[in-house]
Amino acid sequence: MNKKLIKVLKSQTFARGIIALLGFIIIWEFLSKYVPLLTGITLPWIGHVPPPTEVVDAWSEVVFLPGYWESWYMSSGRVFAGFIMAQIIGIPFGLALAVNRYFKDIFFPPFEILRPIPPLAWVPASIVFWPTTEMSIAFVTFLGAFFTIVINVLGGAKSIDIRYLRAAQSMGASQWHLFTKIILPGTLPSIFTGAAVGMGITWEVVLAGEMISGGGGQQASGGLGFFIWSSYMGGTVASVIVGMISIGIAGYLSSSLIRFIGSRSMPWRNLF
Amino acid sequence: MAEKNTKGAISIKNVTKIYDPEGVNVMAVDDCSLEIKSGEVCMIVGPSGCGKTTLLNAIAGFHSITEGEIYLDNEILCGPNKPLADQGSDRIVVFQHGALFPWKTLQENVAYGPIVQKVLPKNEALDKAGGLLEEAGIGDMMKKYPGEVSSGMARRAEIVRALINNPKVLLLDEPYRAMDALTKSIMHESLLEVYDKTNVTIFFITHDLEEAIFLGDKVVVMTTRPAKTKLILDVDIPRPRNYQVLSSEKFRVLVNEAKDAVHEEAIKAFEAGERELA
Repeated sequence: MNKKLIKVLKSQTFARGIIALLGFIIIWEFLSKYVPLLTGITLPWIGHVPPPTEVVDAWSEVVFLPGYWESWYMSSGRVFAGFIMAQIIGIPFGLALAVNRYFKDIFFPPFEILRPIPPLAWVPASIVFWPTTEMSIAFVTFLGAFFTIVINVLGGAKSIDIRYLRAAQSMGASQWHLFTKIILPGTLPSIFTGAAVGMGITWEVVLAGEMISGGGGQQASGGLGFFIWSSYMGGTVASVIVGMISIGIAGYLSSSLIRFIGSRSMPWRNLF
Repeated sequence: MAEKNTKGAISIKNVTKIYDPEGVNVMAVDDCSLEIKSGEVCMIVGPSGCGKTTLLNAIAGFHSITEGEIYLDNEILCGPNKPLADQGSDRIVVFQHGALFPWKTLQENVAYGPIVQKVLPKNEALDKAGGLLEEAGIGDMMKKYPGEVSSGMARRAEIVRALINNPKVLLLDEPYRAMDALTKSIMHESLLEVYDKTNVTIFFITHDLEEAIFLGDKVVVMTTRPAKTKLILDVDIPRPRNYQVLSSEKFRVLVNEAKDAVHEEAIKAFEAGERELA
């Protein structure tokens, strides 16, 4: 593991990644701070964005506030709650749609009508439906991942090559074995694709949900979405960017986690 | 041949298959009859899409037949009252593009049949699978996934996976189609080796006439769709065979004899210009 890590750190890919990031930050700093300083011209768009140094300043202030970390904790908690519920319900639901024609005839049409409704369109309704704000945010998050997961599982299970099913059947596999030993592993790649996409959507949705609902009232329990929103209302643009980058990092960590679990549970293929 | 295999005789009697996609009748097989003795290597040659695979699917129990009967060792597989044969481990198919499960190692793939049939406990099945792969000369590869080995090795493992179930019949659907000539020749030798050991009945579909004559006891040339037997050629080249056979006079004569029949049908198929039914 450590050897592997050292190899990665020494690799050219890693070096290029670092150089690109540093380059990006330096150009940003230059355009947003030094161009106006030297020429007196405020560039459009970038000129209104606080430079990285200011963002880091703002960050170094909030890093010591418990509220900032509580925002992380709240948002991650909501994302994972919604995401895991979507997996628990979505995977069996998608598999059932794939293997049982009657089930599909009954449940697929309503599913397809509900699917195009954007999760955010559910926000007002779910605030009405659910007793607490927390529950309504979790529900909207759940919806964000659910449809993607089901569609991926259904597509994956349907596209399993019929040769595998025939081969297994001719070797004497029972229906149960077909399901557990062929359909399930055959669908795993699609399950993880669905999970990766679904994870992205849950972050989008949770943030928007927090902004709209006010995140449950007190600032500390508002999550990163509310953190951004209240920073914007308070006029501290640097903090807005702190929140944005925090989400970027959180999303990256979440998808890394999914990739890691994916490559562990599918040793026969290198995912992504 | 020391001990004669007494199982796996296939009798195809007046089989007709009509596909009916959206009311357009397509006759894939027309009144086809064929007797395959137990322990015989029967090679089926014919133009693309002529209905060879339809016949194989009927024997394997993947597709139903419209008319006629198919018997295995005098027991009916499918017929008028039962158009679709049961699938069973007495008839195992090795597919054109291979069907090793990509999520299992070669060893796990081979052990699959005995495990799901509950013939052997899991660890014994794995041991046996390992032993058979060893015998087939690919023991070093048994912990690898199909995606990590060459197509030749994969196909060899797939034949081992079929044989571990002690099938009466091996149904091979152009298993070596996409391989280069050199790999193909190695595959032929290993298949002959397997055959000489087990004497399993082999129903082998191919396009390759030389492959057919080199491997087969009997070469059946099919007509273009709807498929019927056009010519049945007995190959009386003694076994065990090796690659010297290919340059023998007898081999050449047989190839020429079959070539005209195959060529004629190929032209008909080409002129009909129909889409391949696979």
